[in-house]
Amino acid sequence: MATYLEFIQQNEERDGVRFSWNVWPSSRLEATRMVVPLACLLTPLKERPDLPPVQYEPVLCSRPTCKAVLNPLCQVDYRAKLWACNFCFQRNQFPPAYGGISEVNQPAELMPQFSTIEYMVQRGAQSPLIFLYVVDTCLEEDDLQALKESLQMSLSLLPPDALVGLITFGRMVQVHELSCEGISKSYVFRGTKDLTAKQIQDMLGLTKPATPMQQARPAQPQEHPSVSSRFLQPVHKIDMNLTDLLGELQRDPWPVTQGKRPLRSTGVALSIAVGLLEGTFPNTGARIMLFTGGPPTQGPGMVVGDELKIPIRSWHDIEKDNARFMKKATKHYEMLANRTAANGHCIDIYACALDQTGLLEMKCCANLTGGYMVMGDSFNTSLFKQTFQRIFTKDFNGDFRMAFGATLDVKTSRELKIAGAIGPCVSLNVKGPCVSENELGVGGTSQWKICGLDPTSTLGIYFEVVNQHNAPIPQGGRGAIQFVTRYQHSSTQRRIRVTTIARNWADAQTQLRHIEAAFDQEAAAVLMARLGVFRAESEEGPDVLRWLDRQLIRLCQKFGQYNKEDPASFRLSDSFSLYPQFMFHLRRSPFLQVFNNSPDESSYYRHHFARQDLTQSLIMIQPILYSYSFHGPPEPVLLDSSSILADRILLMDTFFQIVIYLGETIAQWRKAGYQDMPEYENFKHLLQAPLDDAQEILQARFPMPRYINTEHGGSQARFLLSKVNPSQTHNNHYAWGQETGAPILTDDVSLQVFMDHLKKLAVSSAC
Amino acid sequence: MSQQGYVATPPYSQPQPGIGLSPPHYGHYGDPSHTASPTGMMKPAGPLGPTATGAILPPGPPPPGPHQFGQNGAHATGHPPQRFSGPPPVNNVASSYAPYQPSAQSSYPTPMSTSSVTQLGSQLSAMQINSYGSGMAPPSQGPPGPQSATSFQTPPRPPQPSILQPGSQVLPPPPTKLNGPGASPLPPPMYRPDGLAGPPPPNAQYQLPPLPGQTLGAGYPPQQEANSGPQMAGTQLSYPGGFPGGPAQMAGPPQPQKKLDLDSIPSPIQVIENDRASRGGQVYATNTRGQIPPLVTTDCIIQDQGNASPRFIRCTTYCFPCTSDMAKQAQIPLAAVIKPFATIPSNETPLYLVNHGESGPVRCNRCKAYMCPFMQFIEGGRRYQCGFCNCVNDVPPFYFQHLDHIGRRLDHYEKPELSLGSYEYVATLDYCRKNKPPNPPAFIFMIDVSYSNIKNGLVKLICEELKTVLEKLPKEEQEEMSAIRVGFITYNKVLHFFNVKSNLAQPQMMVVTDVGEVFVPLLDGFLVNYQESQSVIHNLLDQIPDMFADSNENETVFAPVIQAGMEALKILFQPQTNVYDSLAKDCVAHGCSVTLFLFPSQYVDVASLGLVPQLTGGTLYKYSNFQMHLDSQQFLNDLRNDIEKKIGFDAIMRVRTSTGFRATDFFGGILMNNTTDVEMAAIDCDKAVTVEFKHDDKLSEDSGALIQCAVLYTTISGQRRLRIHNLGLNCSSQLADLYKSCETDALINFFAKSAFKAVLHQPLKVIREILVNQTAHMLACYRKNCASPSAASQLILPDSMKVLPVYMNCLLKNCVLLSRPEISTDERAFQRQLVMTMGVADSQLFFYPQLLPIHTLDVKSTTLPAAVRCSESRLSEGGIFLLANGLHMFLWLGVSSPPELIQGIFNVPSFAHINTDTTLLPEVGNPYSQQLRMIMGIIQQKRPYSMKLTLVKQREQPEMVFRQFLVEDKGLYGGSSYVDFLCCVHKEICQLLN
Repeated sequence: MATYLEFIQQNEERDGVRFSWNVWPSSRLEATRMVVPLACLLTPLKERPDLPPVQYEPVLCSRPTCKAVLNPLCQVDYRAKLWACNFCFQRNQFPPAYGGISEVNQPAELMPQFSTIEYMVQRGAQSPLIFLYVVDTCLEEDDLQALKESLQMSLSLLPPDALVGLITFGRMVQVHELSCEGISKSYVFRGTKDLTAKQIQDMLGLTKPATPMQQARPAQPQEHPSVSSRFLQPVHKIDMNLTDLLGELQRDPWPVTQGKRPLRSTGVALSIAVGLLEGTFPNTGARIMLFTGGPPTQGPGMVVGDELKIPIRSWHDIEKDNARFMKKATKHYEMLANRTAANGHCIDIYACALDQTGLLEMKCCANLTGGYMVMGDSFNTSLFKQTFQRIFTKDFNGDFRMAFGATLDVKTSRELKIAGAIGPCVSLNVKGPCVSENELGVGGTSQWKICGLDPTSTLGIYFEVVNQHNAPIPQGGRGAIQFVTRYQHSSTQRRIRVTTIARNWADAQTQLRHIEAAFDQEAAAVLMARLGVFRAESEEGPDVLRWLDRQLIRLCQKFGQYNKEDPASFRLSDSFSLYPQFMFHLRRSPFLQVFNNSPDESSYYRHHFARQDLTQSLIMIQPILYSYSFHGPPEPVLLDSSSILADRILLMDTFFQIVIYLGETIAQWRKAGYQDMPEYENFKHLLQAPLDDAQEILQARFPMPRYINTEHGGSQARFLLSKVNPSQTHNNHYAWGQETGAPILTDDVSLQVFMDHLKKLAVSSAC
Repeated sequence: MSQQGYVATPPYSQPQPGIGLSPPHYGHYGDPSHTASPTGMMKPAGPLGPTATGAILPPGPPPPGPHQFGQNGAHATGHPPQRFSGPPPVNNVASSYAPYQPSAQSSYPTPMSTSSVTQLGSQLSAMQINSYGSGMAPPSQGPPGPQSATSFQTPPRPPQPSILQPGSQVLPPPPTKLNGPGASPLPPPMYRPDGLAGPPPPNAQYQLPPLPGQTLGAGYPPQQEANSGPQMAGTQLSYPGGFPGGPAQMAGPPQPQKKLDLDSIPSPIQVIENDRASRGGQVYATNTRGQIPPLVTTDCIIQDQGNASPRFIRCTTYCFPCTSDMAKQAQIPLAAVIKPFATIPSNETPLYLVNHGESGPVRCNRCKAYMCPFMQFIEGGRRYQCGFCNCVNDVPPFYFQHLDHIGRRLDHYEKPELSLGSYEYVATLDYCRKNKPPNPPAFIFMIDVSYSNIKNGLVKLICEELKTVLEKLPKEEQEEMSAIRVGFITYNKVLHFFNVKSNLAQPQMMVVTDVGEVFVPLLDGFLVNYQESQSVIHNLLDQIPDMFADSNENETVFAPVIQAGMEALKILFQPQTNVYDSLAKDCVAHGCSVTLFLFPSQYVDVASLGLVPQLTGGTLYKYSNFQMHLDSQQFLNDLRNDIEKKIGFDAIMRVRTSTGFRATDFFGGILMNNTTDVEMAAIDCDKAVTVEFKHDDKLSEDSGALIQCAVLYTTISGQRRLRIHNLGLNCSSQLADLYKSCETDALINFFAKSAFKAVLHQPLKVIREILVNQTAHMLACYRKNCASPSAASQLILPDSMKVLPVYMNCLLKNCVLLSRPEISTDERAFQRQLVMTMGVADSQLFFYPQLLPIHTLDVKSTTLPAAVRCSESRLSEGGIFLLANGLHMFLWLGVSSPPELIQGIFNVPSFAHINTDTTLLPEVGNPYSQQLRMIMGIIQQKRPYSMKLTLVKQREQPEMVFRQFLVEDKGLYGGSSYVDFLCCVHKEICQLLN
């Protein structure tokens, strides 16, 4: 049999699932003692070019409380045309269409290689995708111009039959009517007054059926009968109009006096966008795309007043409970986010400004609805432009890499219960026998709604073993979990993707090695990190760190090999060896450390951390560092200050930033212009190599990372220096004879110190 | 009519003159200056010797002329006044007339007339006295009279009538011409061709019936009606009968009594014509304090020589009583009707603009009055004494100038503020809101695009018209384009704002649906310069009618619309809510004036809506049941006119007075947040504010009563200015002086506004009673204190108030004060509001419409035909008459109208072919048509509202409406006839005197 590593990788590729444990402890107590919960990272729409959807609908277990989907783990009686549900053991008749079923003539969903399968739903009217642009006009001229161009460009990227709408806001909020000829028409709302969905719909004239109009001209029945068509129009019909309209967009004309911020009604604008879609296209895939260039400064959802002398809240203010508007604003956006999620729409936030824009308050809009959050300095940067463009990239089938209005339904075999999920989702509050009372993340349900998702959207899902210690699961059994994701494909089809997995149960007392070997430390690190970040949203930072530390120590105590009170004897097996290092970097990561980050930045980082897949998440926790030199091909090196050498070029990928760092000597050479001399062409190549590699990453990553090209002594080198393990600091560096590396001016502990402490604590019996 | 009256009068009047004369009457009558000139001019050797004399002489004692005859001679001031020798009896009335203006008399032709006149007069007077049986009447002096007198005395007697007749007959000769159209053209040159009676008699003495006991209301009857011919007889006969009945004056008198001779009672037409004859076309220089200007109906050239032109200020009296006791005694309202932006004809000098640069206008330190001709420079020009508060101020250095030998500054004639009654100052920043120069003003057009307006084409009409109208936005004369910015809003249930910025390819529409809390959704591009954004605006105006073509929106909002307009500038008889009230106040606070064009087809609560235009100095236009083909022209004219008007924005008016009296009450389209500042978001050339004054101390005859009205406003080009009007009035401790100097037109303006204001708080009946009482009181006071003793039966009117009763009666009959079933509440609210902002000329026409005979047109003349009195008795089956009151115009067609006229005017073969369903006359190229249309044009000119023409055929249903405007007749739904009212007043007076 292959190694667990291969097994894990296979599973991930096939099912988009990574479990923290691949052999499951068979009792609740044992599972608890494992420290790292039984959990998985699920990428519901993981790209499977090799998996064409089947053109029929899934067969469901007939038990109303179960409704699991027929899968390869089910026992099938071909003769009786019966199948037994592997979750509830209900015996089900095959539907008539399966009449020809036999051992040799199996439907795909019974074949083991189709543990993940996608069905196409033929029923139901297909509704077009909807893109509603909500655009801030309180921008600098060039910013606005860049944004307008991006938006105009995006029209050509949208599916031609998609509906598009435009709301602009500044001091007022304007909902533009797109269908009019000869005059551009918009509905204007005061930016200070919150309106209920009903009011908004009344004011936009959405509540009255357009019957009189129809009567007036019965000639055009093919038109969208819906009144909403005034505000949401098929791209192909109005792209010219809309291009002109965008072209004529002016900066918010209201005067902004010196010392004031422009009045920006983001809260009301979003509220209107939500209300508009809510009234017209509930439960249809729709993106509200908010482009904002600054914080909301008036009305509901305001984050900061318009007095420039009062700065926007910092972490310091928040800790001191000095953020006046934060709670109220957060409440406003949460309310909106929940309404949006309930309607199956998602909200993207594209915030480009040098100062904070209120992402802290608005984050829930993206977090709960599966929308994107993009943060940049200006709309006039390639970071924004390319990121935005990338939203509309297509997959190998020519379909947009986005899906809408998904519900994730998790079914477990009886020995398991669902504790919760962490990711861009909201609970659908579906209670059931398989829902645990202990919550991890968003719990209390077996179904979640993910309004917007793409092939990388990943949820952490946490489970709980049910069986008591005295009634463990018999050996040799297998636990099963089925993930059913119903969603609207970007082609507007409704689809259902079903992934069914099973793992062996093992008695932790007798087969601990077994379990240990099946530990996926990468998944575990990410899953623990998600828990930590989830907690950090509501708890004080130090508490979270302490909790993480305690978990780590307990894990080492459980799985380390050591002699009591002898730190030097401490050893971890291969499957655990990297885990402490992940934790070390996690502790320093911006997901848990708010120092040096604004609340907005923290929110932004956490947002992405909670939705990216395992690989990306790991990069976020522990950035990757490559070294380029004349000594050989590029190689990954330790994320350590010792890797910072004068004759090396370093390429660091933190997910959010790509940093190219030229060592001291290299920088001098470049300054001297060697790269331009024909005889030093190899130097030129050396300089070029990391640029090419960086470009490759830049091309693929969403959101586009910040690209930093710096050198030894450069101010931007801080991005590198703050990430590497400070093995050499001003405290220990000046030992002569030490060959290399750059000292980091920090009082942070280094990995070595961390490990030393960890060992000490792990072996101590005091814990 | 008048003619007869005229003729008749002399005789009667004679007695009066005698009676009343003593004091010089300025005004029309006895006043030397006045009369004199005209007289002279008109007539060379006036038959009336006396008058002439009088003229020459200073206001002294009136000429002994004919008037003096009267037994009543006693009347002190009397001259001017007209007395009606009251004897109820028919005849008397007539007599009263006589005394008319000197000029008139003089005009009177022939010598013989004089003599006859006098005689007659005496006779009549005698008669009157006696007649009234009251016995009071002293002996009749008149020679001939006695008999008649006797007859009169006993009213009841049947014979009376007959007696009268004779009298009348006697008189008639001269007058005849005047009378009917048919009248023979006798008269002397003086007469107007039309046969209008020449100069009206100055004093109207009417003998009115009323003995207290005997109410005669009806009684009045016409005695002299000789002319009336046939009717006369009837009248007379009836009379007696009526007499006894006494009681209800108004009601009582049956038809016959109505017949009472109108000609014998003071005729507004005559008064107007007389004034026109004596002062029309002349130069009126305002160099004398307290002089009485020509009537509003008289055209003349006004020269500002230190007092404001009467175009700007008219007073109820030009001589204030010295004490408040006197004022109380007379009960004559002391008021000024101020029209600060009145249009000045092109042949008069426009106001000078004074610019003192940064130092701003020179003002009295204490009372803040502005430098004006009333400031007295002393100490060699270093200081000046304020004419208002007497404070002695230093002359600012920059303003110093030496004095000449008579103590006048050397630059007296160089500085408008030293030598003129009206002028303007450039205001400094201190006079601007928040000390910032004002923005150029803006017009925001708010168009109701609800279903009905779209459907009936109104919106299209407006949009089309706006394109034209916008080309004519008012601008400063020296500038090329108007500084006024324009903005557009349409609304139904929601509001649509338009961005018409010049650089837009197409207009942008912004819909505001939050009408509960409306706001202006855009800043840039809403208010634009028309010239710059012309193409976008035209584009918009083209689109608007189509844009809402599918609209089925019937609801409309209103308050938010105005609120929106107002924001942009920062941006029922009892009003049913205070929404509009506070809204209006906000508007004013932001300098936003609202003009409203209403097209109601049902009740829209004009009282509430109208509050906004009223309080903000805007105008209310109302087109009930608007029909495109009938009413569009009227509306378009109003729209054009309104937009092109000269107008001042964001105005505050302050009226300062010299010590001893002060302004206490203000009426008009204004808002007052305190007791002195009159705020007007805008004020245009047609709006007048009536100000009432009260004493707070004694006034001195020497220093007189000075008024300075200062209006701080923003011009159409956005310049802040002060417009100053100064007026000096006389003061007197003689009641007679007060009565001599009254102006009835202004009085009626004041009464109308104060009554209409009171309508909100008091029952109509009470208001009417107060008006009647005050009228009676004023006249009684005159009679008691100024007129020579006379029979109680005589009704004696001061010359200056001759037509007060008829006008007062018109006011009382107005639908605002007399609710009538056929007039909707909205219409009443509308009219009420119109009157509140009217100037004297407008109110005069409104209450006493102009009625012109058209069938006697002289197609070669370019002047208006002579008007006739508003009474059915003036109409004839063979005639065509044009009636106008400033709001409506009627063309009344007698059933036997001359076919050539019908053909000429309507281009149809006969009366029956005339289609009355039109508001425009066909443009026929024939002299009748041209002449008639020209006349209509002249009448319309200068009137703030476009009058809608209604064609009325005699004896057809619509005639009922027309008749409501024959204000001397008894109203169909109530409202007494002129004659009845006169009786009523007489009775009241008698009661007061007893």
